[in-house]
Amino acid sequence: MTATQVVFTRHGMMRGVRAALPMVFGTIPFSLVTGIAAQYAGLSALEQILMSASVFGGAAQLLALGSWTTPASIVTATLAAFTINLRLVLMGPVLGPWLDKLKGWPVWGSLFLLVDQNWGLALRELNAGGRDAGFMFGSGLAMWLQWVIFSAIGHAAGATLQLPPGHPLFFCSLAVFICLLAGQWRDLRDLLPWAVAALVAIATAQLWPGSVYYIVAGALAGSLTGAIRDTWRT
Amino acid sequence: MNPPPFSIDPWTGGAILGMAISTYACRAGGYWLFSKIKPSPFLRAVLAYIPGTLFVSFVLPALVSGGWPTAAGAVVTLLIMLRTRSFPLSMLGGTATVWTIWALH
Repeated sequence: MTATQVVFTRHGMMRGVRAALPMVFGTIPFSLVTGIAAQYAGLSALEQILMSASVFGGAAQLLALGSWTTPASIVTATLAAFTINLRLVLMGPVLGPWLDKLKGWPVWGSLFLLVDQNWGLALRELNAGGRDAGFMFGSGLAMWLQWVIFSAIGHAAGATLQLPPGHPLFFCSLAVFICLLAGQWRDLRDLLPWAVAALVAIATAQLWPGSVYYIVAGALAGSLTGAIRDTWRT
Repeated sequence: MNPPPFSIDPWTGGAILGMAISTYACRAGGYWLFSKIKPSPFLRAVLAYIPGTLFVSFVLPALVSGGWPTAAGAVVTLLIMLRTRSFPLSMLGGTATVWTIWALH
């Protein structure tokens, strides 16, 4: 078998769907919480569905919805989504051995459906010698369908429950980020950048309450610190 | 208080469009750009540190302003996540902790 032969088939897509099923079910609470947050921020059902279908990024949506204003701030929402999704910039190139061999909608469609979970799955399949890039598209599509359906259900549930501000259920969105954070720790090299990020974020949040800029400030300060230290050493 | 289910506010629509465009720019733009140019080791290092520092920057200020029930919930969430690696279990445990404290007050 030649290593360069890459295909994109329905069979590969179905294999991707099956491989993604545990993650599809595991992220249902995340979808519900995002739908509830959208309802609480004042989005209509249609606006919520459009956001989930077009953005398809839970962390970005929760972050933007947590600081949502009326009327909505286009700059703040766009900046929140961009910053939180910067991590995706590095994920696409890693799948190059598949994507480089494809043309047209399979490439741009697969990239649209790229999220942390199916990226991890696709990478494992790629490294195991998988040659069917439909796997990536199928696993992403399964995640997307669940996301759109269950965030819509969350929105409907929020409209029925009418939670007051400060209700403990809103802790769910913070819990999502704590879970994501736990998965990001690599080794002791992360300690300094994370400490810098925490200090800068806390200080900026005190100085500039009610904006999301403290998140951008903390992330940039921490990442630059880590990168400068690492490049300095080598 | 609730908007009609099928209404679209122009500002909200604009914000959603901005989020969708900037997100797709990250998803597809990274692949497109790095197939044209090679990222420097410095840029690569910055991008690799972004997710962790970003989540830290979201969580820590929320803990500072949230008081001790939030902090207790955060500790429970983190412990369950580190032990089980299960997203739903961690969220359930953390939220149940905050809810219990809230209900007892």
